[in-house]
Amino acid sequence: MSTGTVRTPDLAAPVPRPARTPRAVPRWVWALPPVAGLALAFLYPLVLVVQQSFTPDTGGHDLSAYREVFASTGFREALWTTVWIAVGSTVGCLVLGFALALVIAFVPFPGGKALSRFIDIFLAFPSFLITLALLFVYGTVGMANGLWTDATGAAGGPVDFLHTPWGVLLAEITYFTPFVMRPLLAAFSQVDTAQIEVASSLGAKAPRIVRQVILPEALPSLAAGGSLVLVMCLNEFGIVLFTGAKDVTTLPMLVYSKAILESDYTGACVVAVVNIALSVALYGLYRAVVARTAAGGRRAGA
Amino acid sequence: MLVHSRSGRWAVWTVFFVLFLPLFALPFAVIALASFATHWSGAFPSGATLTHYQDITRGESLDALTTSLVTALAASVLALVVGGWAALAADALRGRGRRLLDALFMLPVAVPSVVVGLSLLVAFSKPPLLLNGTRGIVVLAHTVLVTAFAYQSVAAAVARLDPAYEQSAASLGARPAYVLWRVKLPLLLPSLTAAAGLCFALSMGELSATMMLYPPDWLPLPVKIFGATDRGSLFSGAALAVVLMVTTLVVLLGVSRIRTRAAYR
Repeated sequence: MSTGTVRTPDLAAPVPRPARTPRAVPRWVWALPPVAGLALAFLYPLVLVVQQSFTPDTGGHDLSAYREVFASTGFREALWTTVWIAVGSTVGCLVLGFALALVIAFVPFPGGKALSRFIDIFLAFPSFLITLALLFVYGTVGMANGLWTDATGAAGGPVDFLHTPWGVLLAEITYFTPFVMRPLLAAFSQVDTAQIEVASSLGAKAPRIVRQVILPEALPSLAAGGSLVLVMCLNEFGIVLFTGAKDVTTLPMLVYSKAILESDYTGACVVAVVNIALSVALYGLYRAVVARTAAGGRRAGA
Repeated sequence: MLVHSRSGRWAVWTVFFVLFLPLFALPFAVIALASFATHWSGAFPSGATLTHYQDITRGESLDALTTSLVTALAASVLALVVGGWAALAADALRGRGRRLLDALFMLPVAVPSVVVGLSLLVAFSKPPLLLNGTRGIVVLAHTVLVTAFAYQSVAAAVARLDPAYEQSAASLGARPAYVLWRVKLPLLLPSLTAAAGLCFALSMGELSATMMLYPPDWLPLPVKIFGATDRGSLFSGAALAVVLMVTTLVVLLGVSRIRTRAAYR
């Protein structure tokens, strides 16, 4: 770490020029301009959102907007939909990501490197492209139903789940699995292959090696990747918007429809506060997990 | 090597590709195929055409592309300046100050993008700062959203920097500003360009916050794609999506070329 060393550049000047040398400003002063920018463009607006959520249109400050929102079935359904889709997607991403990363790392094949490069590019694309693609694969006009009508001669195909929560779940698993795979691949590259060879020569079969040698090494990255994906699924908007389903409403979708379609800013702010609380709490957990992993790694490396 | 038998390995690879190809490769293939088609009623699209691409070369779609490019460029430059500055300042701090800066600048990742959009609407719809309905508010939203990623990349690069260089420079009498300008920034250049590429890509694809605040004369490409698919023109939406992906890829590749050239210096 670069922090362990002492850095005193202002003391190291060979010839002290007493009269001209300005008094060095404390280091934290240099952090002020970017923090001021962040405060104006991000923190201050967030505070206003919280404030607005306690300010009903009738004036004054009270919790009436919260009571109203919590009492509505739309909000409770949205909360439940958001949570179960996010948890389901995270579990799916973890299982799928672990399996795929396992093959890339430990049953290597030609082109595996290019594949992990492809995964990096995948992360840079917006999420709604996946839903758009799924419309062509599983949509009413599309590959799956086209195959069915070609084969049977029927007028329409049986595949019609894109406008249900399952379509959102599939899109989120597809889009977020690479976010689990990347830290896993990094962790797998640290696993000493000799350990696997030894376990194997002692007679352990592949499932047992995965369970007893590889999985313990991968647990920290799984925890970190999983909590990050959970936060991102809770906040996902593009996938749900492109699905265009009336009966799939998540919290971000509710914020959008309340604010833009109904112009109910106070209600939107209440939902937003709930969403922020949920996501920031989980994100704090993620940061704690990553910090502990990093500390553990350093201890093991020392 | 986890699986030793030849047949076992082939079985594992088959399962891998049966999972991988439909999930991750097929989406890009179908979007690319659909962008050249007019119908999709069978297993494959039909009615090969280039009209969707010809439409993009003029009119509103071209405006959307330039809008996205300008917004992404402005947002990534701003994010790089703010995030990079903050990361360098955080590196000079120790202990609680650095942890506070870390938490502050990573917070936008945890807050839903839709809420970032809503908060800007709430904050800047009234005087003294009336930005609602201007192009600036879109750029501002994108900047807020990508600054965290710029901060994260630059902070990671600064932490990896060998302190011996700046110590030598400082011991030879270089002032902190000179050390920063002639030693640290050149060493950080590869990471800075990589961070800029990431910010640009993320901003090009930003939809959530943009949907909350775009003014009618400043429609970025993702909003345009949503508009096209929402009114049922899936195929022209696909062509726009291909343009979005290709532009993002070209920028990312260009940035990685700068990185390799800088690495030789």
